[in-house]
Amino acid sequence: MRSAVAVETITIPAVEAPAAWSLPDRGKIAMASLIIAESAIFTIFVVAYLFYIGKSVSGPTPRDVLETPLFYTICLLSSSFTIHYAGKVLERGRRRMFLGLWLVTLALGGLFLFGTAQEWDRLIYDHGLTISTNLFGTTYYSLVGLHAFHVSAGLVMLGVVSILAAIGRFGLSQITRVEVISMYWHFVDAVWVVVFTVVYVIGR
Amino acid sequence: MPGYELTNIFAPETTPARSIVDLSILVLSITGLIFLVVFSLLVYVIVKFRSRPVTAAREPAQVYGSTQIELAWTIIPVLIVVVLFVATARVIHAVQDAPQPATAVEVTVIGHQFWWEYRYPALGIVTANELHIPVSPVDQPRPTFMRLLSADTDHSFWIPQLAGKTDLIPNRINTMWMDPHRTGVFVGQCAQYCGIQHAKMLQRVSVDSAEDFDAWVRAQQQPAVRDDAVAGGRRVFETTACINCHAVGGTPANGRFGPDLTHLMSRATIASGAAANTTDNLRLWLENPDAIKPGSLMPAMKLSDRDLDALVGYMESLR
Amino acid sequence: MSSDAIAMHLPQAERRTLVETLHDWATTVDHKRIGLLYIGYALLFLVVAGIEALIIRIQLMYPHNDFVGPQVFNRMFTMHGTTMIFFFAMPILFGFGNYLVPLMIGARDMAFPRLNAFSFWLSAFGGFLLYFSFLGGSGLYGAGSAPDVGWWAYAPLTARAFSPGSSTDYWTIAVLVSGFGSIGTAVNLIATILCMRCPGMTLGRMPLLAWLYLTMSGLALIGITPLSAAQIMLLVDRYLGGHFFDTQAGGSAPLWMHFFWIFGHPEVYILVIPAFAFMSEIIPVFSRKPIFGYPVMVAATVCIAFVSMSVWAHHMFTIGMNSYANSFFAITTMAVGVPTGIKIFNWLGTMWGGRIQFKTPMLFSIAFLFQFLIAGLTGIIQAAVPFDWQLSLSYFVVAHFHYVIVGGILFAIFAAFYYWYPKVTGRLLSERLGKVHFWLFVLGFHLTFDVMHVPGLLGMPRRIYTYEPGRGWDTLNLLVSIGAFVQAVGLLVFVANLIVSYWKGKRAGNDPWDAWTLEWSVSSPPPAYNFATVPTVASRRPLWDLKHPEDPDSRYE
Repeated sequence: MRSAVAVETITIPAVEAPAAWSLPDRGKIAMASLIIAESAIFTIFVVAYLFYIGKSVSGPTPRDVLETPLFYTICLLSSSFTIHYAGKVLERGRRRMFLGLWLVTLALGGLFLFGTAQEWDRLIYDHGLTISTNLFGTTYYSLVGLHAFHVSAGLVMLGVVSILAAIGRFGLSQITRVEVISMYWHFVDAVWVVVFTVVYVIGR
Repeated sequence: MPGYELTNIFAPETTPARSIVDLSILVLSITGLIFLVVFSLLVYVIVKFRSRPVTAAREPAQVYGSTQIELAWTIIPVLIVVVLFVATARVIHAVQDAPQPATAVEVTVIGHQFWWEYRYPALGIVTANELHIPVSPVDQPRPTFMRLLSADTDHSFWIPQLAGKTDLIPNRINTMWMDPHRTGVFVGQCAQYCGIQHAKMLQRVSVDSAEDFDAWVRAQQQPAVRDDAVAGGRRVFETTACINCHAVGGTPANGRFGPDLTHLMSRATIASGAAANTTDNLRLWLENPDAIKPGSLMPAMKLSDRDLDALVGYMESLR
Repeated sequence: MSSDAIAMHLPQAERRTLVETLHDWATTVDHKRIGLLYIGYALLFLVVAGIEALIIRIQLMYPHNDFVGPQVFNRMFTMHGTTMIFFFAMPILFGFGNYLVPLMIGARDMAFPRLNAFSFWLSAFGGFLLYFSFLGGSGLYGAGSAPDVGWWAYAPLTARAFSPGSSTDYWTIAVLVSGFGSIGTAVNLIATILCMRCPGMTLGRMPLLAWLYLTMSGLALIGITPLSAAQIMLLVDRYLGGHFFDTQAGGSAPLWMHFFWIFGHPEVYILVIPAFAFMSEIIPVFSRKPIFGYPVMVAATVCIAFVSMSVWAHHMFTIGMNSYANSFFAITTMAVGVPTGIKIFNWLGTMWGGRIQFKTPMLFSIAFLFQFLIAGLTGIIQAAVPFDWQLSLSYFVVAHFHYVIVGGILFAIFAAFYYWYPKVTGRLLSERLGKVHFWLFVLGFHLTFDVMHVPGLLGMPRRIYTYEPGRGWDTLNLLVSIGAFVQAVGLLVFVANLIVSYWKGKRAGNDPWDAWTLEWSVSSPPPAYNFATVPTVASRRPLWDLKHPEDPDSRYE
């Protein structure tokens, strides 16, 4: 096929151009799909956690060692409000307010991670509970760890947006991206509600 | 090799196996009928509606669907499913939820890589690889009820003529039962992949008459035969690592990792069916297990020829 | 409104060096090229896994055969299953989806071209990693090399105690990584189908292929991830001393089984739904009628996807679940047969009253109908739980699922090749070679997989590297093995056809089959941008409307 080729395509004539042809935003559909997939992963870890409640053959039990992380939970759940408002103010073009709220979200998320780290430090060094201690240890660190990993990934995304906003490259035209990241962040918070209930309420 | 017979699942010898065959006849009839109907339709369609030169030029009538037809071929399958399910559920319950009568013989089966341990707790018997159970005549039932455990990975107990298979899973107790209506030897093998020698984890079940079973039980309950002619071999056994894995009743040997050898010569095969129980095979097994069952967990003991011969002599005294 | 026939003159094609060509392909984000990368990669693994199958069949030709020992045999069946599912079937079906979906919905590319490329390379890396195990898996006691735990990797066989070395980890990580690639493609397909359809193409006017790929992708999101989760747990057990499946510490072996089959059963629907998609496009065209009952076909597929999430433990009928659990999974399994049967009837209804053309794509489609019918029925047979207590874990099951995957899915894939190859390359595959391929494959397939049911009925379990003589299995296994070689020859004829026709095949033009969906409106091969002008459609068969202005579909929809 070396020579020039006349390429004919059949053009479908517009029979009745539809009045308004609008389809959902692909970023949001993609994020919704990702959230569905991630929910399935978390469901499996939650099922394993629930299944193994009370089945540890030895070692510390949840009742012995767990302390309800109420403060850090409030931090994380509040960050859903701040990220929501950040989106709202960006819609109205208030970029500095947006950056402020966005950074507060990031800080609250970071605080939550710090709280998790603190809790793990206490569990490992004060109570000798590690991932290999018993079934409780395995399922606890895996589930809470998986969630913390997702929080970290979220913080990275929040961080990237913070930098872009701080150097002035972020504005109203990026509103969809903010909404997509917010969806992810709300998901992470919703997962925490489930994990919190399973680990600190049901599991004890 | 001791003779094998066809292990046809359609030649049942027990109540559970029989009820499976009865269900299968219903299921195969229904699915067979469905196949015939749909297959005939397919053949009819490709013959009747094939494109012929005469008709090829025109497009046929463009039919998009038909609600009545589609409704019909939804409802009929649903009804078929209901029938199949009801028949299935009845047999599930009949087999799984059957109560254990007082006359039942209880056996605990423990699966190992790559051999079967059989314990009769009420009779004080521990044996391996070849199961003896009494015949259970219809008028005087004496079924065998089994608990299935595993010492390592998953296995599955499958003697096709005697019952459907049930898995042996570590940290779990499964149960099954069988009531063979005639005497005979029935074979099978492990059906759940359990590692390198899954293929040679064979099973032999000997269904004995009441007298034969009682005789077998009495013999198994005896401690090991103590024959002074093979004292040399017994010494090799007890001073090498053999006793770490194997047990011989009435002697210091009480290892549980490998099969109980107290009445080794009462078995027709060794290495869980991998070889016939002959002098040559015994010697080969002790010298180089990989020649018979490569990858089995029996180590080659690296004995001298003299020790090996003495040991074989001792093994053959364990009747 | 002028109807522009756009004549384009391509500039004199500059000769690109080999390096430039390879670089283009390695960095491409064009859905068509990525689709072809997936397909080429999958065909390579088909051959590799096929060789593994032949090794298995040679070993099983005779009782006590010593062609390979148990170590090698166990690796062969593990790698054959893992490769065929994860590195042949998934990639080739994603490949077809990648190529066809944007073209069929009037889009210029997928929603996320770079994610598309990334997903492909992730999966490709997974395949490479799995096969690197042959070289790099050796661990302690020489117990490395390729994984030998079976493609389901049941616990606790996969625990460090029973699988020392790193062979199991190659399985785990390779499949985990390629699973993420699959999720990426699923997300991409969903976003593309929902967000990038051309004007006028409502969901009710999409080609059935688009609907079925949408359903399959949705199923992939929640079907593949349970395996990913379980594999992460397995890695925690093997590397961090966790106890998820450690039975000595109270862990549960059936828990792995549940997680695996919650993936494993939807997985086979993820594989078969695209096969249904191909049939739903091909059968109408070669019957010269629209698909019978489009709305019901959509509803049945979505129904199948939902119900398929509830049947998983029918792979576990022998593990000792109680009678209520067994009964539950019996009824859900039987229930999923209803929408599946409906689809077969609708395809027959499409052919009824048509003018059937027996070109090669249609030959494979008719064989699909016959074989998928049988496969589905042997599935229903096994849903009768007590019967399954005999049939499970035996060669009957092996025969059943090969009937579905080879007799159903592979035949549909062959049909798809013969149907769309002209669109991709501009040339038709040889009909003569196609018919040789078809008949060889039908002969070999039936010789192998019809006969294979019988050893199962006679008590032959799966995954055994040898068997005793006198069980009645000898001749049957020999016949099965001969059939495998016949299929291998058929496959070689197919590969030869693919290659030879690329240069010598009859030129196809835009629309060699007189078909009706948008991909046949562009040139063969399509230009890089697919459509010069984004089309607007008014019915499910826009090209039918164009060719039959006196009787357009849009009048009836």
